[in-house]
Amino acid sequence: MNDADQTTTTGSVTRMTEQMTGVGASETPDGLRVSDLNIYYGDFLAVRKVDMTIEPRSITALIGPSGCGKSTFLRSLNRMHEVIPGARVEGTVLLDGEDIYGPGVDPVIIRRKIGMVFQRPNPFPTMSIAENVLAGIRLNSKRLSKSAADDIVEKSLRGANLWDEVKNRLDQPGSGLSGGQQQRLCIARAIAVEPEVLLMDEPCSALDPISTMAVEALMLELKSEYTIVIVTHNMQQAARVSDRTAFFNIDGTGQPGYVVEMDLTEKIFSNPTEKATSDYVTGRFG
Amino acid sequence: MTQSTIESAQGSGVEGRTGRFGDRIFAGLSKGAGVLILVTLAGVALFLFREGYPGINVDPSEMDGSDTFIQYVGPLVFGTIFAALIALAIAAPLAIAVALFISHYAPRRVARTLGYLIDLLAAIPSVVFGIWGIRVLAPLLAQNVYPWLGDNASFIPLFSGSASTSGRTMLTAGMVLAVVILPIITAISREVFLQTPRLHEEASLALGATKWEMIRQAVIPYGRSGVISGAMLGLGRALGETMAVAIILSPSDGYFWSIITNQNSNTIASNIALKFPESSGLEVNRLIATGLVLFVITFGVNALARRVAAAGFSGADG
Repeated sequence: MNDADQTTTTGSVTRMTEQMTGVGASETPDGLRVSDLNIYYGDFLAVRKVDMTIEPRSITALIGPSGCGKSTFLRSLNRMHEVIPGARVEGTVLLDGEDIYGPGVDPVIIRRKIGMVFQRPNPFPTMSIAENVLAGIRLNSKRLSKSAADDIVEKSLRGANLWDEVKNRLDQPGSGLSGGQQQRLCIARAIAVEPEVLLMDEPCSALDPISTMAVEALMLELKSEYTIVIVTHNMQQAARVSDRTAFFNIDGTGQPGYVVEMDLTEKIFSNPTEKATSDYVTGRFG
Repeated sequence: MTQSTIESAQGSGVEGRTGRFGDRIFAGLSKGAGVLILVTLAGVALFLFREGYPGINVDPSEMDGSDTFIQYVGPLVFGTIFAALIALAIAAPLAIAVALFISHYAPRRVARTLGYLIDLLAAIPSVVFGIWGIRVLAPLLAQNVYPWLGDNASFIPLFSGSASTSGRTMLTAGMVLAVVILPIITAISREVFLQTPRLHEEASLALGATKWEMIRQAVIPYGRSGVISGAMLGLGRALGETMAVAIILSPSDGYFWSIITNQNSNTIASNIALKFPESSGLEVNRLIATGLVLFVITFGVNALARRVAAAGFSGADG
C-alpha cells in the first residue's frame, strides 16, 4: 500500500483503496493492539485476558498445544469467530487506534482491512483463477474495467509468487492447481483487496515441504507491505519466518487458554523467561 | 488347547460361509429389485405402445372429431408443457428463497419446523390441492386479480382476452401446480445449500462479504446444479400432475397463450382423466397414445435432470 503501488494502478483501484482503508492508507500503520481480551463461546471462556501488541510490517507467530485457543484468538482479530453463534469478546482490539469491536463497527468492513488465509486452501471451485483473485474486489466495487481487473490479477498473482505458473491458464478453474498453488492463490485473493493485516491460520499444515517453502518465502516478502499474524503447529516454521512469537498454553481441558509469554522469536526459542515455554519449544510436551 | 483351536477355526469357517451366503442373498435381492424396475418400466412402455399404436395411425374419418393424431395431441402437448412451465416459473424462485431461508437465515428451531411443514406439503394428495384451487384460489383470483390484469396488462399476450369470471384458468392451474411441486424443489435445494463447505463460506466472509454476498458468491454457485436438477424433477412432476389440473382447468380445443381466460389448452394427463370414463374403441387407443407422448416427454426431462446433476457434481467436487 505504498505510493509506488498506487501510481502503477488505475484510478479506480486507488479510489477503492482509499475507501477500504478509511482515511487513506496511513504511511506508518500502527499494527494491532490487543488489550484485556476475553473470548467467549456462550458462557464458556475460551481465551482469557490477552494483552498483545502486534508490530506492523512484521510476522508474529502464535504457537502452543492444540486447543489452547490460538486459532480462536487469531479469528477474533478480524471478527471471523463471530460466524459461530454465541461467540463474543470482552476487551479491545485497536487497529490503527480504532477499536474493531467499537459500537457501530461493521465486521464486514473490518474483514476487508484484515484479510485471512485458512488451514486448507479454499479457492471457490466454480470460479476461474482470475475470478478467484478478483472475488474480494467484486464485493467492493461492482464496476471494474477489463484492464483494471487484469492489472489487479497480475499484480496480486505476482505478489503471491504464482503469476509465472498460472499466467497462461487464468481462465481455468482454481481447483485444478496443486495444493501449494491453491494456497498461494488464496493468498493472492486475500492481498488483492490490499488489506493492512493478513491473518494466517496454519497455512502450511495441508501442504508438502516444497509448497511450504514457497509459502514461507512468500510470507517473508509480504511482510514489507503487510502485518502478518500466523498460527502454526510447526515450531521450526515459527522460528524460520517470524520476528516475534507468542506462546499460548492451557492448564487443562475446559480451562481457558492464555498467553504465557511473548517476545522476540530468537529469545523465545533460545532463552525464554517461562519454564513452560522452554518445555514446549524444546519438545518436552505439547 | 488343540481342541479349542480347531473348534474356533471351524467356527470362523462356518461364520465365513454364512457371511458369504448372506452376501449372495442380499446381492440377489437387490439385483432382483433393480431388474423389477426395468421390467415394470419396459412393461409400461410396451403397453402404451401396443395399445396406443392403433390410435396414432387411425383414419380421422373413423373418429367423431376429424383431427389427425398430431392435430389432436398438439394442443395437449402445448398445454402440458405450458402449465408445467408456469408452475416452475412460480415455484422455483419461491423454493430457492425458502431453501435459503431454512439453510442460512432462520434460527435452528424455526428452520426445522419450517422444513417439516414443507415436507408435509408434499404428503397432501394433489386432489385436495385441486379442490382448494377451485373453491378458494380460483374465486379469489377471479374477483381480485384477473379483472385488473385484463384491464391493465392486456398488452402482454399472456394477459390478453376477456378475463375469466370463474377463475378456472391456466394461471390458476399453474399456481396450484406450483404448490404441488414446491416441496420437492425446496427439499433438494435445502440439502445442497446445507452441503456448501464451511470453508468456502468462510473464504467469502473473510474477504468482507455480507451474508447475502456470501450466499451469492459461495452457496448458490456450489448448489446451482443441484437446484437445477431439483427444478427438473419438479417439472417432471408438474408435467404428469392430473387431478389438480382436471378439477381446475376449463379446457378448450386449440392453442391458447392467454392464461387468464376461460379458453385453455388442456394437459395430457388431465385430458385422459376427463375423457377416459366415456371413451370406447379407438378413442381409448388415442388417449393411450397421448399417454405415450407424455411418457416420452417426462422421460426426456428426467434424463436431462440427471445429466445436469451429474455434470454439476463432478465440477463442485474439486
